[in-house]
Amino acid sequence: MRAAARAERPDQAVTPRAIGFEGVTIEFGTPGQAVFRAVEGADLSVAAGEFVAIVGPTGCGKSTLLNAAAGLLTPAAGQVRIFGAPLPGLNRDAGYLFQLEALMPWKTALENVAIGLEIAGTPKRAARDQARDWLRRVGLAPFADRYPHMLSGGQRKRVAMAQVLIRDPKIMLMDEPFGPLDAQTRLIMGDLLLRLWQENRKAVLFVTHDLEEAISLADRVVIMSAGPAARIIGDFPINLARPRDVSEIKLMPEFQALHRDIWHMLKSEVLKAYPDLTMGEIS
Amino acid sequence: MNRAVLIALQISVAVVLVLAWQITTTTHLVGNPQDLAFFFSTPGDVVRQIWTWFATGSIWYNLWITLEESILAFLIGAFAALVLGFWFARKPRLGAVFDPYVKGANAMPRVVLAPIFTLWFGLGIWSKVALGFTLVFFIVFFNVVQGVREADKTVLSNARMLGMNERQLLRHVYLPSALSWVFSSLHTSIGFAVVGAVVGEYLGSAAGLGYLIQQAEGMFDVAGVFAGMFVLAAFVIAIDYGVTLIERRLLVWQPQLHGGS
Ligand SMILES: Nc1ncnc2c1ncn2[C@@H]1O[C@H](COP(=O)(O)OP(=O)(O)OP(=O)(O)O)[C@@H](O)[C@H]1O
Ligand SMILES: [Mg+2]
Repeated sequence: MRAAARAERPDQAVTPRAIGFEGVTIEFGTPGQAVFRAVEGADLSVAAGEFVAIVGPTGCGKSTLLNAAAGLLTPAAGQVRIFGAPLPGLNRDAGYLFQLEALMPWKTALENVAIGLEIAGTPKRAARDQARDWLRRVGLAPFADRYPHMLSGGQRKRVAMAQVLIRDPKIMLMDEPFGPLDAQTRLIMGDLLLRLWQENRKAVLFVTHDLEEAISLADRVVIMSAGPAARIIGDFPINLARPRDVSEIKLMPEFQALHRDIWHMLKSEVLKAYPDLTMGEIS
Repeated sequence: MNRAVLIALQISVAVVLVLAWQITTTTHLVGNPQDLAFFFSTPGDVVRQIWTWFATGSIWYNLWITLEESILAFLIGAFAALVLGFWFARKPRLGAVFDPYVKGANAMPRVVLAPIFTLWFGLGIWSKVALGFTLVFFIVFFNVVQGVREADKTVLSNARMLGMNERQLLRHVYLPSALSWVFSSLHTSIGFAVVGAVVGEYLGSAAGLGYLIQQAEGMFDVAGVFAGMFVLAAFVIAIDYGVTLIERRLLVWQPQLHGGS
């Protein structure tokens, strides 16, 4: 299956490759025990301007893979290439939207968004002006002077999105960015993300546990197996027309066919992550 | 509780206590008032003493000395603790080496240092500042170390990904994180600065609230001792209130300070 899925995309060798995982294995030392191998031999390419979603059961190593792409973790074996060059340390081309809260609580929304420019040497006034503009684009202009704790979960995610996008990174790493949000807010955030991405196409590596979200947003959906020693076991191109309407797209027959195919593979992996459950309870 | 009710209750506690004091020392209810007044003085004498201090203005100079010593002890202690605390927390190996010495120094009862400080720094304000320093330093120091070590890992990773170098991380992440811990102990550390100043004055000086109390004690002037204690208490409450105002101003970003009030 894996070989077949990769053979369908021979073009990847020629289009510029933004992110390349080459046989990436990641291990963690655990207290008292042997090393824990989270991810094993992951091969994955993301072309420049391509939107790739990673789906997999909880704890399989999705965040770990993103951390490796960000340069926050070093693989035990294999390597990560960014635009062809091996990653030396932190990935300076990448913006990272974390799974957990990552805004600085002592800075206002505006200061949080502007900081990326300010530390890079943009004069304060100019940085603040751009930050204001970005807050407007994510619909938070009136909330510029609020501290993170005075914002809702969805508003904080939007601030985080503006904080990362203002630096105009060539690569976006997004780890369940809409994870803790309610269903409607997720749709709105998905639409917002696609609209921003459409304006300025970056390579996106988007982690989610929600298969519908993955199909409605991405160009490709990649499936990871259950951990430990998780592998990439499926790679599905999503040839749905763009621009897409995230809330409408689920009704299309093509969407449903794709969902059926991918879920078929994902289901057995999800079940492995919950060994106590029987098949009937999930499907 | 309603604010007016709260204040009414707070005042009535004082009224009851003063009344009990008055009855004990001026009536035969508990014992011979003459004896009791010798040990506990009377509210009237204490008020008179406080009134004399303020009326003649002699108290201001002593208050000013104690305030000056407290503030200097706090500022110098907090600054030294901030610098050393950062160093300690960011260089784990250095921290490990000095750890037993820091703990040992902190375990030392500070009073035993007072004569040494008097010897080193003389009878003026600096021996009191030094005593306050030893108290303030450790509180702030441990909070800084904790604040730096507990800095949120995700916030740190995010700051790195946004392009911060070590110096910028210090300024935008570690320092605010450490300061939020320092501020949470601000009442304690400023309180200890005052304690250091007053105890130092008490053990040997020529001015300050501790000096006033010590002088009165030397002459068995119980009214003077009580008067000094009341002025000291009012002084501490005033300083504490000032700290609360500063805190509100500096920690607007923290959730709990915003809630209802
Ligand atoms: N620092 C660490 N030390 C030891 N084990 C770790 C560490 N970080 C992650 N792991 C383990 O690696 C595996 C993958 O973790 P990871 O956070 O990448 O999962 P995930 O796919 O992102 O899960 P989720 O969907 O729940 O976020 C898990 O089994 C986890 O317990
Ligand atoms: Mg994760």
